Order: sequence, then structure tokens, then C-alpha cells
Amino acid sequence: MKLEIVRPGFSTTVQDHGRPGYAALGVSRSGAADRGSFELANRLVGNPAGAAALEVTLGGLVLRASSVTTVAVTGASCPVSPGGMNAPVTLWPGDELVLGTATSGLRCYVAVRGGIDVPPVLGSRATDTLGQLGPPPLAAGMLVPVGTPGAFPVVDLAPRAALPEAPVLRVTPGPRRDWFAAPDELLSTVYTVSPDSNRVGIRLTGPALERVRHDELPSEACVPGSVQVPPSGRPILFHADAPTTGGYPVLAVVEEADLDLAAQLRPGQTVRFAAARESGRPA
Amino acid sequence: MTVRLLPCGRRAVLVEAEDVLGYQAAVTALDLAGVEELVPAARTLLVRFDPAVTDADRLGAVLREVSPVDSTVTGAGEVVVPVVYDGEDLADVAAEAGVSVASVISRHSAGSYVSAFCGFAPGFAYLSGLDPALHVSRRSTPRTRIPAGSVAIAGEYSAVYPSASPGGWRLLGRAEVPVWDVERDPPNLLPPGTRVRFEAVTA
Repeated sequence: MKLEIVRPGFSTTVQDHGRPGYAALGVSRSGAADRGSFELANRLVGNPAGAAALEVTLGGLVLRASSVTTVAVTGASCPVSPGGMNAPVTLWPGDELVLGTATSGLRCYVAVRGGIDVPPVLGSRATDTLGQLGPPPLAAGMLVPVGTPGAFPVVDLAPRAALPEAPVLRVTPGPRRDWFAAPDELLSTVYTVSPDSNRVGIRLTGPALERVRHDELPSEACVPGSVQVPPSGRPILFHADAPTTGGYPVLAVVEEADLDLAAQLRPGQTVRFAAARESGRPA
Repeated sequence: MTVRLLPCGRRAVLVEAEDVLGYQAAVTALDLAGVEELVPAARTLLVRFDPAVTDADRLGAVLREVSPVDSTVTGAGEVVVPVVYDGEDLADVAAEAGVSVASVISRHSAGSYVSAFCGFAPGFAYLSGLDPALHVSRRSTPRTRIPAGSVAIAGEYSAVYPSASPGGWRLLGRAEVPVWDVERDPPNLLPPGTRVRFEAVTA
């Protein structure tokens, strides 16, 4: 069983849970940017949660099935034909799955029963766009191999809440908070998502954060979710493919649970940060 | 020796230590419950943990008391990298350092290096131990493409580019062995803590 990529859309990569544990070798975590949507897509087609699927930025993907199969589309809202989002869709040999342009959110996930079966690199099939590991981004005409389906049945439908109109990302203090004149300005500013954003980082525009220290920071390890502030004073939120070390101070760290929401931020959209509660998850 | 603990989200703490690799070796030896990953860098060690097993306060109390141990591995831990010294920046480096090209080569190949940490790209190891006379600046304009295997220096570090990438380091030559190969286990020839020597060879 293979999927033929008829049109890759704006940008489509293969993703799974990525390569955690290799940061000391300079290998980013990578993997699905919105893990919740990725796992749901797999669940809908009866795959293990971490089976490789397609991450489609802004929609626009068209693919053709070589034999009968089940697929599901989750994440950013987009027209899906045949069928619809958040439910399994049966494709017959020669059928095309067509994703329209996303109308809310940024990244769709397309899971196929059996999972995408490209060869793993360092234990993962994910495309690391910065480290250039895993398969290249998909292009028209490519044939993508699909694995053997497991025994789990598919799920009927998984209703999901709409993405928030005014997204807020919860943060805890970062290691270099004391390098900034007024670090809490991060919490009182409404930032705009820059078009330069990608899987490496989400660049934000707004008033510059002023530094009290101007010396060079020796490279230090960064986790996904780090809010790094380069000399421009405009924060960059490190995401899935962010480098494992960075040379600019990290002011705050976005809660792991909110990285899925961050992955759906569209260029031009506004976003705010809020202080996370001291311990445990907010209700 | 004192270490400083810095917050880094709910799943990690960043520790500032003088002897990062020695501190890492000591933490590794303790085999602490819940610790998932240690990521060394220039002056810090990131300790990533499973918040279901431990937390920053509990872990921090232990990490504050850790004393570094000797991290140098003798004998088998040393990797020798044969280098053809024909890099494009040899003359510039010699000029900036105020020495001859022959001296740049002999100083670089005489050094005993330690892989201090990786970053920038998969398998890119920052090698400490560079002769202070060769501590030169980066190029003001980075090259758009540096071939895999390029042996380069910048600041206090030397490195071997693991794969082709843009970069601003000064090129001294080419390594005759691949330092990064995802088909190999482990993929990185120079993981943190590895002792490294460069050996001048002719093409």
C-alpha cells in the first residue's frame, strides 16, 4: 500500500513523536508540532499513538490511495473531501483525499491506517527541518509507503473544541530572566506572530524587551518551549525543530501542554503569555 | 565548588558549573530516579527529568551537593582524526594570529582536545583545548555552504562540520573520517567527553 502525493500543499512533512534523548549529540526533539492533534489522528484510524503521519501546514494537500485504506484529518480546520475532519474516511483504490486551505489554525495531521512506513533515522521517521534528519519534505509525485494495519478498530468521530480566538500561552520563569530590565513585560504585551515562523521557532513582533546585561551568553541547552530573546528584543518561541543549544538568553519557558496551541498559531495572529500557576496544572 | 541552579520549565533545571563534564560524570554516577537526559554546554548542564517521578526542588537539593569527579577517560577514550590541512582560511588565521601557516598547522595538530558539548547541528561537537594563539574571530560574513568534514576553528573551540551547512568558522582542512553517520551506532564519533587529537596527513 502506498499513498501518491498529488499536491504537497504549502509544506508537508512526515512526523511522529520525534527523537527525544539525543540532545547531547545536537539532535533536536522534532516530531509533530501539535502532538494532541497528531495522536488523535492516529487513534481515529486505529493506529498506535506514535505511528508516523503527515503534518500539513495550512492545508492544500492532495493524495491518492493505491488500495482501500482508512485515513483521518485533525488539527487546523480545513475542508476535507471526501468526508470531514476528526473522523475516519475510507479511500478506495484511486480515490483522492483533498484538503482545502486551513481556515483556523495552522497545521493539519493526516493519519493513515498502518502508519507512514519510511525508514526510521535514530528511532524516528520524523522530518527534522533544521537538522535535516528523516525524509525530505513531500513533493508532488512521491510515493509514500504505508505499514501493515494493527488489530485496533477505527473510532467513529472525535468532536473537538474550536481553537481559542485569543490564545494565551502559560509560562514559567526561564534561566536568564534576570538578564531583562522588566521581564514581566512579556506577560503584559500582545504579540503578533511573524510570517518568519516555522517548525524551528515562532517569531513574535511587539515592543522590544530591554536587556540589562549585554555580554555574550555562552551556548547553553534549550528545551522546546523556551522563549529566547535575541539582541533585537523580539522573542522567539522555540518549537519542535529548535536547536538543542542556543546563545541568547531564555526569559521564560512555555508549558509543554501549551505547545500544541502554539503550533496552531497563524502568522498575523496575536498571542499573549500568562504566568503559569506555581505547581501542578491549572484547572 | 559551588553550582548555581536556574529554572527551565517544569521538566528541567539548568545547572551552572565550572567543570561541566566533571559535574555531569558525577550526576551520571548517582543514577538519580526520574532523570531522563543530561545535556552539557559551555558552562551549564541541562538536567531533564520526568515530572511524574521527581520535581525541581527535590532534584535541586541533590544537584546542589554534587561535586565533580574526574571525567577524563584514559586510553580507549581517545579518537584520532586524520586531517588534510588545505583549508581556505589558513592564511587569514595565520595573519590574525601573527604566526606562519606552518605554525597554525603544527599548533592545531599538537593540541589535545576534549569534546565539550554538541549543538548547532546533529553531531557538531565543540572541541575545547585549542591553542590560545589560535583563538581567532569568526568570519564577518558566514559562508552559505561548508562541506561535511571541514575542520574549523572559532573562538576557544575547534570542530569538524558533521554535515554540509552554512557557517562562519575558519576552515583549516578536511577530516579523513566521517564524524557523523546516522547508519552508525553511535552516530557521533565525538560525543561529549571524548578526547580528540588531529593528525596531519597528506591528501
